[in-house]
This record gives sequence, C-alpha cells and structure tokens, in this order.
Amino acid sequence: MSEPALVAPAAVPPAALSGGLRRLLRDPLGVVALGWLALVIVAAALARWISPHDPDEPSAGDILAGPSASHLLGADGSGRDILSRLLHASQISLAGAALTLLVAAVLGIGAGLVAGYYGGWTETAGTWAASLIMALPGIVALLALRAVVGPSPWTTMAIFGVLLSPAFYRVVYAAVSGVRHELYIDAARVAGLSDARIIGRHVLTVVRAPAIIVAAAVGSGAIALQSGITFLGLGDPSVATWGGMLNDAFANIYVAPLAVAWPSLAIGTTCVALTLLSNALRDALERTGRPRRRTARAEDAADAAAKEPVLTHDEPPGGAALLDVRDLVVAYPRPDGPARRVVDEVSLSVRAGEVHGLIGESGSGKTQTAFSILRLLPAGARTSGAIVFDGTELSGLPAARLTRLRGGAIGYVPQEPMSNLDPSFTVGSQLVEPIRAHLGHGRAKARTRALELLERVGIADPARTFDAYPHEISGGMAQRVLIAGAVACEPRLLIADEPTTALDVTVQAEVLDLLRDLRDDLGMGVLLVTHDFGVVADLCDRVSVMRHGRVVETGPVDAIFAEPRHAYTRALFDAVVATGERA
Amino acid sequence: MYRFIARRLGSGVVLVAALTTLTFFLLYLGAGDDIARQLLGEEADEAAVRAKERELGLDRPIVTQFAHWLSGAVHGDLGTSWFNGQDVGAAILSRLSVTVSLVIGSTLLTVVFATVLGVVAATRGGWVDRVVQVAGVLGHAVPNFLISLGLVLVFAISLHWFRPTGYTRFAESPGLWLSSITLPVLALAVHGVSGVVQQVRGAVVDELGRDYVRTLRSRGLSEARVVYRHALRNAAGPALSFLGVQVVGLLGGAVIIEQVFAIPGLGQVAVTATGQGDVPLVMGLVVVSAVLVVVLNLLIDLLQGWLNPKVRLG
Repeated sequence: MSEPALVAPAAVPPAALSGGLRRLLRDPLGVVALGWLALVIVAAALARWISPHDPDEPSAGDILAGPSASHLLGADGSGRDILSRLLHASQISLAGAALTLLVAAVLGIGAGLVAGYYGGWTETAGTWAASLIMALPGIVALLALRAVVGPSPWTTMAIFGVLLSPAFYRVVYAAVSGVRHELYIDAARVAGLSDARIIGRHVLTVVRAPAIIVAAAVGSGAIALQSGITFLGLGDPSVATWGGMLNDAFANIYVAPLAVAWPSLAIGTTCVALTLLSNALRDALERTGRPRRRTARAEDAADAAAKEPVLTHDEPPGGAALLDVRDLVVAYPRPDGPARRVVDEVSLSVRAGEVHGLIGESGSGKTQTAFSILRLLPAGARTSGAIVFDGTELSGLPAARLTRLRGGAIGYVPQEPMSNLDPSFTVGSQLVEPIRAHLGHGRAKARTRALELLERVGIADPARTFDAYPHEISGGMAQRVLIAGAVACEPRLLIADEPTTALDVTVQAEVLDLLRDLRDDLGMGVLLVTHDFGVVADLCDRVSVMRHGRVVETGPVDAIFAEPRHAYTRALFDAVVATGERA
Repeated sequence: MYRFIARRLGSGVVLVAALTTLTFFLLYLGAGDDIARQLLGEEADEAAVRAKERELGLDRPIVTQFAHWLSGAVHGDLGTSWFNGQDVGAAILSRLSVTVSLVIGSTLLTVVFATVLGVVAATRGGWVDRVVQVAGVLGHAVPNFLISLGLVLVFAISLHWFRPTGYTRFAESPGLWLSSITLPVLALAVHGVSGVVQQVRGAVVDELGRDYVRTLRSRGLSEARVVYRHALRNAAGPALSFLGVQVVGLLGGAVIIEQVFAIPGLGQVAVTATGQGDVPLVMGLVVVSAVLVVVLNLLIDLLQGWLNPKVRLG
C-alpha cells in the first residue's frame, strides 16, 4: 500500500448494482420470486377490470358455495365472490405494505445516515430510540396505539413503519459509521464539499445494497403483520383484506375448509416471495468480486513453473526418513474450469532429530503442504501422492487412527498464536484435554503435566497462566502455550507453520531457541515452514525452497547457502541481505 | 460480573421507564376528551359525564394523572379498567401464566431443535444442509397464524388428534392441558426453530472455519469434542443474541395465535382492550410486556456472560 486510496469508489457501486441485478436474474429462486410479486402487483392494479364480480355484493344463494364456473374459488360466509375479493384485497395489502416500507425507510435510513455520519449525540439518540422501539413486540405496540387511533388501515401501517424503522436504521448506521473515517470521505471534506453532497455522492452508495435487502424483508414483515391485525378482526370491516377474508373463512372452517386456503395462499406466497427476494438480493449484491483474476494468474504461473526440474544438492547419507512425502498434489475444484493446484508434485523428507525448512513466499503452497500431512486441509481440497510417517501411509488412514497420531506422535505449532487458542476455555483446560485423551491421565495428573510443560516452555508463572483465558496473555506467551500443547505428548515429528512470524523480533529469537532445545531434548524431527532465510540459517539442517506450489531447490542448508542455484533462491537471499539478517 | 449485571439491570429499568412515560402520554392524550361520554353513551346527562370523569381522574391535568399512575405502578397497582372496573394488575396476572407457558414451551423446543438441526446442517453439509436452509427460510417467511391454521386443519379437524380450540388449566387436568397447548406451542416453535436454525448453522460454520478449530483437531481431539464442546460453545454467543430477538417475536406471535386457538391469555386481553379503547388495561399490558422483554434480555446477557469470559470479566 504505497498510495492511500483517495479516490472514492463512486464508480464501483453502480456497476456492482447493475451486475447485482444480472446475478439476481441468474438465480432461479430470485426470478420466481420477482415474477410472482410482479404478477400480484399487476393483478392488484387491474382488480377493478378483471374481477368477475363486485367484491362487496352478497348473494344469499351462494353463501359458502364451493368453487364453480361462476365463483372460481367459491363464495364466502356472506355469499361474496372469493376471487374478486382476493383481487381487491391485494390492493390494500400491497399499498399498506408499501406505506409501511416508505415510512420505515425514510425514518430508518434518514436517522441511520445522520447518526452514522455525524456520530456524537445523534448516535446515542438514534441507538436509544431504536432499542426503545424494539423493547416491545411489534404487535403489542401496534395494538396499544391502535386503541387510540382507531381501525384505519393507513394509520396502522404508518405506525408499523415506525416500529420497523430500526431494521433500516441498524444496517444504514453500521454501513455509514464504517466508512465515516475512510480517506476518500476525509479527502472530499478537505476539498470543501458540503456534508449534504458528501452524503449524497459518497455515503449513499454504500448504503444502497444493504437497504435494498432490508426493504424486501421489511415488506414481508409488513404483509404478515397487516394480515395478522386484520385476521384478529381489528381492521376496518368495510374494506376487503387478506387477513379479514381469512378471519371470515376461519369462522366457517368446519363448513367450507377450502375457503381458508385462498387468503392463506395469497399471504403465504407473497411473504415467501419477498423473503426469497431478500435472500437472492443478498447473494447477488453482497457476494461480489470473487478473486477470479488472482487465481487465474496463480495457475498460469504454476504452468510456467511446471517444466522446471527440482534442483537437488548432494547430501551426505543420513538415517531413514521419519516422514517421507512423495509427489504430493493438493488441488481445489473450481466451479468453472479445471481444479486449481496449490501444491504440485511436492516431495520432501524429514529424518529424526533433523529440522527441515520449507521456505517460500506467501501463497507458494508451503502451509498447504504442512496441513496435508496432518490432513487438516479445508473441506473441498483434493489430494494425491504418498505421505508416509514412520512406515505408515497417512493418506488412507482411518479417522480414528489419524486422531491418535495427531497430537500424539505428530505435534503442530500454528502461525498466529492468538487465533489458535479457543477464546472460551482457559489455557490450562486446552492443554489438559489432549493430554487426557492421549495419555489417559486423570484430571490431577494431567494438570501436573500441563504445569510442567508451561514451565518447560519458559513461562514464569505457570499456575497463573494455566488459569488464564487466551485474551489475558500476550502473543509471545500464547505461542509458548501452543508449543507446549504441541509437544505435550512428546511427539516424534513437529510441524511448525511460521512459528515466529507473528511475534516481536526479541521474542522470535527466544521461541527459536526453545524449538531447538526441544528438538535436542526429544530427538524429534521438525518440519519448519517459514518465509525467512534468517530462520532457516539459524535452525535448519536441510531446506526446500517452494514457489508456485512446487519445490524448486532442495538440499542441505550449508550447500544451498554456499551455492544457491535457482534464481528465486538467490532472490530470497538478497531480501535477507537487504533487510539485515534477522533472528 | 456483579457490576455487569447491575449495569444491565439499570439500563433495563431506564428503558421501561422511558417506554412507559412515552406510552402513557401517547395513550392518554390520544384517547381524546370525551371518553366519559363514550363510556356512558350519548343519552347520559352532563352531570353524570362530569361525575364519571372525576371518578376516572380524567378531570385532572395529564401530568397529575401520570404522577398518580406512576406512584401506583411502582407499588404494583396498575389502576382499574375503564369498562368493568376490574383491577388491571389482577386481569393481566390471571392471563399471564398462559401466555408465558406458551412462550417458554416454544422457546425450549426452539433451542433444542434449532441447535440439533443447525449443528447437523453445518457439519454434514450436502443435501441435509440444503433442506435445513430452505425449510428455515420458508418456515420463517410464513406468518405463524398461517402455520397454526395449517396445524388445526391437519391435526385437529382431519385427524382429530387434538381439540381445535379451547384451553384447559393445568390444575384441572394436566393431560388435557398438555393437549390444549400442544398445537399452539408447535405453531410458535416452527417459526422460532426456522429462524434460529439459520443462525446456529451460520455461527457453527463460521466457528468450524476458525484457526483454533484446526489446532484442536491437530491435538488429536475427536470430531465430536471439537464440534460440541468447542465450536458450539463459541457459536452459542451470536445464536443466543438472535434467540433473544426471536423470543420477543414469539411473545408477539402468541398474541395472535391465542386467537386462533381461543386460548385465554394476554393476547385476548390485548385484543379486547384495544377494540374497546380501554386505556388503563392497554397501559398495563405495555408495562408488563416491556418488563418481560427486559427480564428476557437480562437472562440472555447472563447466559452470554457465562459463555464468554470476555463479557464476564469486562
């Protein structure tokens, strides 16, 4: 990031919005929902012309009549034509829902913009008002106010709009306060644009997508509540509504159960269509910009590297390999096109008591290689090749046996210390749990062992750390805790994924010393993933250089340091020399 | 922890006070000037109307009325109904247990089924996941009075497994009581489960993708322990917040559903009071609902504190 982003993303949202519309039209559920809503709206608009009967004209001969040629859906308890009433009622339902939506949107978006943009007391007031409104179930608040304003459907729907406005307020407030301190907003302010213009030009664009999504959901809620109120018999009895029709049909449910179905279907399908539309809009507008371009580039590069042979330095004969990886491939299937290979025919081996460094830039596949040994790759990964640990092929191993190996004979140290501890459990309980599972110790014995381990990894006050929660300890301590957890059952192989990257420089050196000591004590083999040749020089016996998913050069550390053959290896060296040797 | 509870309790009390004040003035100012005449009918003479106004305390300034109401309310006296002179507190209390048992029953079902289905959907994936997601969206979109109508049609009217309407008190016959609240509780629970299951699923999927889950697996813990002891516990926080909102929704849903099943709960009182414009009774209902919501949120906060060490210690 050399240049701060001073340019407003004004050009992006309109493109994203029209792109969102295209994506919406590709989503079958979204299209069905939109189509149904359009049909309902058209039917409501044309109700006066397409209704076969006068919706309010009772006919004594047709009371509770079943479906027939003259009454396609039958007649209600007063002998009125159900289809005609349904068509007319949809006008009230849709117009009422639109009024609710309008009131909720104006209030909620307006308040959200002001509170999010100006902050301060407007923020406090807005948030308080929202929680005040949400402190009552909507229907209770509505019934209470209905007691004094009377049965007018319009007043009711307007009040309901006020009650639903917090839904808009919350998403708008969150979106606006998120961009309030963005550089492009500051730049616009410095450039002397008025607040109104900044909000209009730059802030409204971030609000648009979430507001549209909420609008569909609020519409569904409005229809549900409006029909609920009229179903309770609290509507204006002189106007046909879906809820009122349901009320009438429910009263005659034993005589004409079918009549319940029509208004139910009208309410249910419209609510479902609006909800599906909201979900489809969320998919279309929020899940944008998959990094398709980057993956394509990675693959091109992998293809380019594919022809290169692995540069192998001669090495003195050593003992048998503890871990032997042959032709490992890790690939992720993509919806369009062939699977993407992130690890491509990687072979390497680790002997007992030896540290093997796996070095490369981020995205080179070294972490994926480490994960595939423990079978900890994310769901969807496809692997092939052989991974033999101590004479056992791991890739086909039953889950139960793999579980025994993990944390038992193979330990793992992750990269980022804080996110790798479960925030809800104490450090101690996270150490004790695997010890009990693997060694079968009782609670007290496992606790003693955990305290020993904490002391062994250099924690000053083991008892206090044991009782602490992860957020109460420092990053360096957390990494020591994770190393303690990895070596708790005296593993024969330790896989350490950038164990020092997230730490301060002084702590890095201490952690590397600790790893070396543990290697010497336990005689374990170590696969050390790193991007830092300083770490390799400090700790490793052998090293493999990875680039674009492939090993490009491998051999003893001394030999590679003396004579790096691959241009990429030399580039990594130069980076260390340029920044000064670390650790 | 005690400071945390005290702070939450304090803000709850402020919320109820603010809401009560606002509602009081809206209702009493909105009710208009000629309530006494409406109560007595058009033929009543002027003197009788004045006497009625004095009796109801409507001749005093609104601020005085509010002070009087408030001093009663803090001592548990919510006034008397304008229509039948019944004590508002007693009228609500006699119906409260019915509604609360509906809400508690459906909440319990919601918690159990949403957790089980949410975890299964999140861990199994595939078609199980898709069915749960689609059912969740549909179940939540359909208004719950429609769900109750469907249940009545199928299980009461066609299959005769339950009585379609009516309510038996637990004291009269526990068996009949259970049978009379089964369908309403189910109807509410369908709505609750379908909302909460989406949150549980989403939260569990999020947690299973986190670094600490991979590390726990690398330690050789069984998949069941990773999912149920660790991921679910961390997922419970966001799901619980949503459950709080959902239970407020269930309380509102109960108001409507009681009408479908002819259950004498708060919903019936609310509908009658609203139809008549019985302002003291409506006012009492608002206060009781607000207190219920505040208590519920406090319970949720306590659970959050118990689950999440950062909240507890913060």
